[in-house]
Amino acid sequence: MNTKGDIILSMRGLRIEGQADEQWQEIVHGIDLDLHRGEVMGLIGESGAGKSTIGLAAMGYARPGCRITAGEINFDGIDLRTSSEDELRDLRGVRISYVAQSAAASFNPAHRLIDQFSETPVQHGVKSKFEAEEDARVLFRRLKLPFPDTIGNRYPHQVSGGQLQRAMTAMAMSCRPDLIIFDEPTTALDVTTQIEVLAAIKDVVKEFNTAAIYVTHDLAVVAQMADRIMVLRHGNMIEEGNARDMLANPKDPYTRDLLAVRTFAKDDLDLIPHETPLLKVENVTASYTGGVKVLHDVSIQIPRGRTVAVVGESGSGKSTLARAITGLLPPESGRVMYEGEPLPVALEQRGREQLRRMQMIYQMPDTALNPRQRIREIIGRPLSFYLDLHGAKKEARIRELLEMIEMNPDEYIDRLPGELSGGQKQRICIARALAAEPDLIICDEVTSALDQLVAEEILKLLQRLQDEVNVSYLFITHDLATVRAIADDIVVMLQGRVVEQGPKDEVLTPPHHEYTDLLLSSVPEMDPDWLDRLLAERQLAKT
Amino acid sequence: MKTVLKLFMEAPWSGRFGLLVIAIYIMLAVFAPVLTPFGESEIVADAFEPWGGAYLLGTDNLGRDMFTRLIYGGRNTIGIAFLTTMLAFLVGGVLGFVAAAMGGWIDQLLGRLVDVMMAIPTLIFALLILTITGTSIPVLIVVIALLDSTRVFRLARAVAMNIVVMDYVEAARLRGEGLWWIIWREVLPNAMPPLVAEFGLRFCFVFLFISALSFLGLGIQPPTADWGSMVRDNATLITYGDVTPLLPAGAIALLTVAVNFVVDFFLHKTSGLRDEH
Amino acid sequence: MPQLVKMVVQRLALGLLTLFVVSVIIFLGVELLPGDLTEAILGQSATPETVAAFRRELGLDLPPHTRYLEWLGNILQGDLGRSLANGREISELISWRLYNTLFLAAIAAVIAVPLALVLGVMAALHRNSLFDRVINITTLTSISFPEFFVAYILILFLSVNAGWFPSISNVGSEMPFWDRVFRCILPALTLTLVVVAHMMRMTRAAIINLLASPYIEMANLKGLTRTRIIVRHALPNALAPIINVIVINLAYLVVGVVVVEVVFVYPGMGQLLVDSVSKRDIPVVQSTSMFFAGAFVLLNLLADMLAIVTNPRLLHPK
Repeated sequence: MNTKGDIILSMRGLRIEGQADEQWQEIVHGIDLDLHRGEVMGLIGESGAGKSTIGLAAMGYARPGCRITAGEINFDGIDLRTSSEDELRDLRGVRISYVAQSAAASFNPAHRLIDQFSETPVQHGVKSKFEAEEDARVLFRRLKLPFPDTIGNRYPHQVSGGQLQRAMTAMAMSCRPDLIIFDEPTTALDVTTQIEVLAAIKDVVKEFNTAAIYVTHDLAVVAQMADRIMVLRHGNMIEEGNARDMLANPKDPYTRDLLAVRTFAKDDLDLIPHETPLLKVENVTASYTGGVKVLHDVSIQIPRGRTVAVVGESGSGKSTLARAITGLLPPESGRVMYEGEPLPVALEQRGREQLRRMQMIYQMPDTALNPRQRIREIIGRPLSFYLDLHGAKKEARIRELLEMIEMNPDEYIDRLPGELSGGQKQRICIARALAAEPDLIICDEVTSALDQLVAEEILKLLQRLQDEVNVSYLFITHDLATVRAIADDIVVMLQGRVVEQGPKDEVLTPPHHEYTDLLLSSVPEMDPDWLDRLLAERQLAKT
Repeated sequence: MKTVLKLFMEAPWSGRFGLLVIAIYIMLAVFAPVLTPFGESEIVADAFEPWGGAYLLGTDNLGRDMFTRLIYGGRNTIGIAFLTTMLAFLVGGVLGFVAAAMGGWIDQLLGRLVDVMMAIPTLIFALLILTITGTSIPVLIVVIALLDSTRVFRLARAVAMNIVVMDYVEAARLRGEGLWWIIWREVLPNAMPPLVAEFGLRFCFVFLFISALSFLGLGIQPPTADWGSMVRDNATLITYGDVTPLLPAGAIALLTVAVNFVVDFFLHKTSGLRDEH
Repeated sequence: MPQLVKMVVQRLALGLLTLFVVSVIIFLGVELLPGDLTEAILGQSATPETVAAFRRELGLDLPPHTRYLEWLGNILQGDLGRSLANGREISELISWRLYNTLFLAAIAAVIAVPLALVLGVMAALHRNSLFDRVINITTLTSISFPEFFVAYILILFLSVNAGWFPSISNVGSEMPFWDRVFRCILPALTLTLVVVAHMMRMTRAAIINLLASPYIEMANLKGLTRTRIIVRHALPNALAPIINVIVINLAYLVVGVVVVEVVFVYPGMGQLLVDSVSKRDIPVVQSTSMFFAGAFVLLNLLADMLAIVTNPRLLHPK
């Protein structure tokens, strides 16, 4: 590690309260934090850990509905908690700046990028408008934005997400601050775009020796960016230390769990040759109203009792494929074959038995369960609808299903979804799908809205259930770590086309398709040198 | 009853005030024949008798007891407004849900139809129709309910649209559930809070609207007592500084204020921070 | 900016189509609804000969589409037909009342719009303060009041008790401008009170919605002053919602005049409409309804057009 300077930011006993149902509750319980000049501190934790709130507190700012109740926040000798609004305003944007998660929402849609860039230095009297615009072009180039001389003349909606995020980093740099707060800057981006943004941020922070607080839920990302890491959980600090040391040798069990998440993997199955696949998609082409084609001639097959993962980035058509299979979006051409028989294309034409055999689990368990129905009704409905179970038989089966998903029937059967955690809701969705006794369950990004540890549990549960009842999964995801963990076969999609498919080992071991290669290599790894090495390799490949 | 009491206890002062006023109005309407000294359209004295004596609030332009007319007027106006609002919700609500759940050409057709109906201001449309049909109470109820159902349709459709895109509705469709189940079991329970609030607001609107029509002489016809026409009939008194015509007008205002306060409180309660309708 | 032009043209065409459909409804409404017009007007005792003569005079013996086209054609040429009640030219009846109604609405708008915007923005900026709560309760109360209640209260206090303003707004055509304004004060004030409450609540909601945007938080975190945030970041984006609020309320105002005109015996379109409805003077009802509906449609059209041209995404397409 290069040597770092004196302490620029120090927090002592920071306590923050948040408002829920007109009640104030403490959400950050006494955090101590020291940050040196030029040092990058990663704040990591699952949702509700308080990491963003702490990041914003470093600017002396609390969101509406939050308030800082106790502790000291000292920035370069200035006590932010006792500073007036005017004093804070003089610091913000100039000496401490902020990069938000969603650049698309955080840029004002009414003004050009360059005007929003130069606003901070001009308003604070740091630079003239002319100097600021000159500087913008320098920073845009430095952050590897395309057309750095003219891109500033565009409006936010005219620029892509990854580019906007870099433009926002440039904006945060405009006064060469001592400290930047990065609040999940790459979370909303695809992996291949994320790489570029990470590289740009890392480069520019190093160049100007800026201290940074990097807030994220992704350990592998923080491993690339941070010198030190602080692990947070429910508003408490779990562990803090040098990034490399912590990754190599985590002390707290929670940190170890976070690191261990990606170790789950299923055993390889032997190939079962020449059996009729359970489901076969043949040359399906589909488009949304308005004629935009989203699937081009897609063919895949799902063998019985196996897991096929469809992987791709946003816009790849992977979710549309699921809609085409279920009949929600009848394909224009091509067929969906079920055990060798063609299925009617539209949902309305399919019989109850055909519907029963194919079930679905969704990304957001919050919206997948009717908030006004109790668990008994949610799981019980498919039982009476498909299997004609009623009364005591139905009740017994509901309880049995709850046992299968490791939830205590006596405790949960009468609850409403709002009284469950995210992971529990997803389990109920699984139980609802299982209740129909299907042959195939389509899992649409089922783990991406969940925290890492919870997601891991869900994957394990799905795997166990597959072993027990021999159900097939069509697993749609953008997350390659999940694919590695659960898939038997992999389908890689790009812009509505299948670019590569086959058994997991085949797809994941080189040589593979150019795009698969890009996708695979873009997934951050825990190794802190991974990003530098990857960029060096890609540079080499170009020359 | 228990839930009303519970609601009352947790309401702020404006909400309590509203609930109390509504309760009093309902009592007065229900027990109107018991509470009134004279018949609804019974002429008991000369016109414009002063307050006091046998005629608590004096007499009106035809010599009918003002107090009696006031109580009966409330019963009639509230009753008609309530029936009209119910009918508007039945028509608008059902069609709105159907449009949202079915989508496609049915949604398009109903949507366009409502657009055109709403392009004509309600008051003007009502006047136009009432010119031709003439005013009788059943016609009044049906015409206003149909006109108002366009607003209910818009809201019901918008609320249902937000629910129909939820994954749990898609899950029900994938399961093979019919339209009726989806509307009744999946959409309706989740659409209740905004619809209940809207019912209050629509009731106020209809109530004010009928009163305005009656005030213009085009709504509820004599000798049936109603607050709007009572204002009109006795309006001349105002120029002599007599507040009697303000009583029915004030009675209208008080009820709509009360309903609005309750709705405001209800919206806050059910949606946390939701700010405006 | 072809997309912008396309949307404007589309919206314009839709507006015209709506006007056309509205005219059909107003015309056909009379045709299709139950009850025979001639019988309603002439009474049941009319002899078949008089009925036939009457029908011929009104052109009721011709097929509906012919009459509709003729009616529309006449309207477009400014010929609105004759009143059944007194046989006068409708265009003559309407022209000066139209002026009166627009005059009254304009005065109310001139007072109401700035007042509502200022109060609404202030309530939004000082959200949940005492000021905001008082405003909330007051506006909630005043939108619950029937227009005639507000009108009579004003008459009682400002006219009968204080004696400041006349309680009857009988303006004449030769009246000097300020005299006319003076006589319009009470009806204009009534309209203002009713409209301000609506407009203010809508403005407040629009601004609060806007202030919750991430880019306003960003502007805060860039250390900009409050004034700068509001002028530079909030206002350009508030334009569309605020214009929408104003125009919707103007449309409301134009229709709201009906009751107020009757209370103050003001010789405007609303008064004429109400009179004609009681007399079942159908040609006049049709013409006045067409005017009110037309104003309403055009104002809504204007609101949508302004929303389109103030949208940065459409002004600066990709």
